[in-house]
Amino acid sequence: MKKIVSTMLKAGGGAAIGLINGFFGGGGGMLCVPLLEKALKTETKKAHATAIMIILPISIASGVAYIFNGYADWGATAVSSIGVTAGGALGALLLSKLKSVWVGIVFAVLMIVAGLKLLVG
Amino acid sequence: MKTILLIIIGLLGGVIGGMGMGGGTLLIPLLTIFAGMEQHAAQALNLIAFVPMSVVALGIHIKNKLVDFKTVLPIALPAVAAGIAASYLSKLTGARALSRYFGLFLTLLGIYQLITAIINAVKEHKKRKRRLLNVREPKRSEIFGSLD
Repeated sequence: MKKIVSTMLKAGGGAAIGLINGFFGGGGGMLCVPLLEKALKTETKKAHATAIMIILPISIASGVAYIFNGYADWGATAVSSIGVTAGGALGALLLSKLKSVWVGIVFAVLMIVAGLKLLVG
Repeated sequence: MKTILLIIIGLLGGVIGGMGMGGGTLLIPLLTIFAGMEQHAAQALNLIAFVPMSVVALGIHIKNKLVDFKTVLPIALPAVAAGIAASYLSKLTGARALSRYFGLFLTLLGIYQLITAIINAVKEHKKRKRRLLNVREPKRSEIFGSLD
């Protein structure tokens, strides 16, 4: 019985993560981490790392679909990717140094402000 | 100028992503609000930019044995199928409407993130307080030990 619940959680959760990540071009990780951590009881660090492994194939598949649909701006993508990759390494290093509670609060407020601006603007 | 702006926006999104807090959810609105990018193009950029960033991060995480490979396939398989379908659904949605939906999604995620962060802060505060109390208050046996 328990196994059926866990299998259904994985399949249903996976479909929801894919829908969000494909439709919005990101954000699947924000669903994947709580699914792994809260519902499937994966340890926090493992949940974050495993979520990246799950989002990677979704991003490749949806990315190819976006490219086919003519949405890729290669110049901007190349330049930004340098920043994203460098920033990613920096963020991984900072994670252990900064008080993550405050980073979480600042990031949440930023998201709400940007979200409301897009919703209203 | 635009190149520098795109690198800075990428750096910001990357730092948040590297901290495991969903960099794309910040990168996309930064690209549309500050670099004037169209919603679909910003989303495509995030999907493509995620690939090199995550390969670098995964290299480290796999070495540290943090990836739980057993759970990857059962989640990723339905996710990839749904992801491809949703990419075409996104194409059918106009840029203006998509941007509004994204705004709603971002606001809801932000509220969820804020509640989680505050709960964590309260938990940590309580833990610290308890630790301090333990240091200051001697055990009953230490005071009354000789009398009991």
